[in-house]
Amino acid sequence: MSAAPAGEPGQLLQRLVALQAQRGWLPPAALEALAVEMALPLAELRGVAGFYRFLHLAPVGRLRLLFSDHVSDRHQGAPALMARLCARLGVAPGQVRADGALSIDRCSCIGLADQGPSLLVNHGQVITRLDAARIDALAQAIEAGLPPAAWPAEWQQVDEPVRRADVLLGAADAPGAALAAALAQPGSALIEALASARLLGRGGAGYPVADKWRACAAQPVTERVVVCNADEGEPGTFKDRTLLRLQPDALIEGMTLAAWALGARHGLIYLRGEYRWLLPGLQQVLARRRAAGLLGAAIAGRPGFDFDIAIHLGAGAYVCGEESALLESLEGRRGVPRIRPPYPSSHGWRGLPTVVNNVETFCCVAQIALRGAARWAAIGTARATGTKIHSVSGDCARPGLYEYPLGTPVARILADCGAVDAQAVQVGGPSGHCVPARDFGRRIAQEDLPSAGAFTVFGPGRDLFEVARHAADFFAHESCGFCTPCRVGTTLMARRFDKIAAGSGSRHDLDALRSLTELLGSSSHCGLGASAGRMLHDTLRHHRPAYEQRLQSLQFVPGFDLDAELSQARALTGRHDAGAHLATRETDVTRKHEVMPEPDAPTNPQPQPQRIAP
Amino acid sequence: MTPAAPLFLLDGHPVPFKPGETLIEAATRAGRHIPHLCWHPGFAPHGSCRLCMVAIGERQLAACSTAAEAGLEVRLHGEALAAQRRTLLQLLFVEGNHFCPSCERSGACKLQAEACEAGVEGPHFEQLYPDRPVDASHPDVLLDLNRCILCGLCVRASAQHDGKAVFALGGRGLGTQLVVGSASGRLGDTDLAASDLAARICPVGAILPKRRGFAVPIGQRRYDAAPISALPETDDGMPPP
Repeated sequence: MSAAPAGEPGQLLQRLVALQAQRGWLPPAALEALAVEMALPLAELRGVAGFYRFLHLAPVGRLRLLFSDHVSDRHQGAPALMARLCARLGVAPGQVRADGALSIDRCSCIGLADQGPSLLVNHGQVITRLDAARIDALAQAIEAGLPPAAWPAEWQQVDEPVRRADVLLGAADAPGAALAAALAQPGSALIEALASARLLGRGGAGYPVADKWRACAAQPVTERVVVCNADEGEPGTFKDRTLLRLQPDALIEGMTLAAWALGARHGLIYLRGEYRWLLPGLQQVLARRRAAGLLGAAIAGRPGFDFDIAIHLGAGAYVCGEESALLESLEGRRGVPRIRPPYPSSHGWRGLPTVVNNVETFCCVAQIALRGAARWAAIGTARATGTKIHSVSGDCARPGLYEYPLGTPVARILADCGAVDAQAVQVGGPSGHCVPARDFGRRIAQEDLPSAGAFTVFGPGRDLFEVARHAADFFAHESCGFCTPCRVGTTLMARRFDKIAAGSGSRHDLDALRSLTELLGSSSHCGLGASAGRMLHDTLRHHRPAYEQRLQSLQFVPGFDLDAELSQARALTGRHDAGAHLATRETDVTRKHEVMPEPDAPTNPQPQPQRIAP
Repeated sequence: MTPAAPLFLLDGHPVPFKPGETLIEAATRAGRHIPHLCWHPGFAPHGSCRLCMVAIGERQLAACSTAAEAGLEVRLHGEALAAQRRTLLQLLFVEGNHFCPSCERSGACKLQAEACEAGVEGPHFEQLYPDRPVDASHPDVLLDLNRCILCGLCVRASAQHDGKAVFALGGRGLGTQLVVGSASGRLGDTDLAASDLAARICPVGAILPKRRGFAVPIGQRRYDAAPISALPETDDGMPPP
């Protein structure tokens, strides 16, 4: 359900998502018709459509398969599985098969790192626990023309492995219980309760929730908005997936409590496009709560307490997890982070005072309303109260959800999840920290090691250079492209990693990477660019040998092979004597003579030899 | 007697400002140049080029989107900030295909002028050589996206000044590009006129009037005589048609 009429400009993204779902891509004629209907400039429609990965301005396969590309998917063999499927189905990665039937590509993490490798089917269905047998069966089903809806249910099974539950992941409370407790007092009392519970937002920045709500409540207008950030895009997190499936009432109750505290009438859930398969279930919960008088007009029998929630779908853009980019997206535009100040609490959705919190935060609010601030404040540390859910994946025996009081050491989580000999843990995803083994005593809390919830374990055999390279690729892929340092700098970082990986690295390249990181950190428009160099920074500091063993030399080494560049000239002149070779690397020259002798008297230029990695 | 205007300090020099002004607005009015490409007086700040970064205490902020406050001590010059500006300019150069000697805008180009002033002597990073087509379909205006720096000024000028919304930014990441709003995607099929502000506001050579190439001899071009910081802010580096 959507609160706004479909022709209203703010609905542009939703209309594009619907059109894409219907047509498979966005044909120019359909876009022009939509522009006319919505009375919006065609340039704007193109600009918005071009921004989101799940919207296509050129035809894609009728069946579109996207392999999740979390680092743990890679470690579990996702690249080989994708290559296997491509080979079985006769399609090149990223290309549309000649008959237009299908395309296969990678996408950023889809929130299933605990049961990967996984893939997304037509943006609305998932397949988990991929292995060679499942890939082969999938290829068979596709070649037999079986529609995705008819594929075996077990392929699509998503478990919610709650390995350790505390207050948030325990038994669900009765719908309306927290609301009933809060309604006994004025809304301002709830804000005070959040303040005395010292609840910090769970999105990673750790801002006090009560301060955000107070700032919103203090605005001299009557209309306020409650927004739930369900754009769980940080690679390696999947806690919101679990909360949305196991505790949807707690989330919606938390939002309704915010509406009570702020006097808001309008709520929005921004659901990441990768979670579209959760949409029907959420819509059912909203309908059930409306029927129970817990949403809609006169909530819980209180005349004047009117509040309802609409769900907006994202369309594949990590940056939309940033709250101001999320608001832009909610208003039907490109998800480019806004200039701040002003902050959403004064100028949010459509310029109205808006509270934006994430799924876990609203669940915490419901807990505090029901069980009291004192109980919440008694859990955790002095600054970071309550519990935190960690999405554990990677090299461990028991991946899944672990809820601990804040302040729990990394080592405790590793012991509980069955991680043996881990050399590092990525806490908070690629934009968080890569914690080396000697720091496993550090505690996950605001005062030590803050985390938005991802916890990815790297065993002794993992290559942390590749982990950092993967993070660099991720940020280059997900940069919104708005500001110069992030748009260009993330790509230059990724290419510099490629250069080192190809064996052409020198200490100069490490210096270049470090200075790019510093530039991104100090001059980026938003947090995406600012944190794009975190994995590089941490791994270079703690796992420097992973880099240095790849360096060709401490001196500058060009990214191209000078000797290989001469091969055409050699071919044209018919020379193959030693003097026609440039000894850029002794080993290369020696090897090249052994492996690829020059032809005697070619009439045509020969293809250039591939760059030879040392 | 009117009370004295509030002041902030820009590298130690007092700059008066009116309440609500940003650092760059006040500095520009006071005749002090803060390097910029995506900012333009009269339009809301964009904040994308990041060239106007200044330091206030330990923090770095974009002068185009930071409100002036009395007593602020703002640093614009200094080794670290200068190095950062140089790098940002180098990133813009390697991102596109900029070949100044053959560009009709050479000598009147803000990117080139800022680079000269910042001491950019070479691209430093590897060129990305994007494949961007030239759109020559419009009778009076050439669109060469090879030189586009995605400042969004033509987008804002077209929508907010000309009332036409000819342009938008599309794509994302390194694939971000200027999009033209006609069914064919070509500039010739839009209602853009050469006299539109959108056709004149480009700070580089991406949007150019046709048949005016090299009308001003070398030595007399806008930035030949004086560096960009010594010249007044302009909405149009090109001589009037």
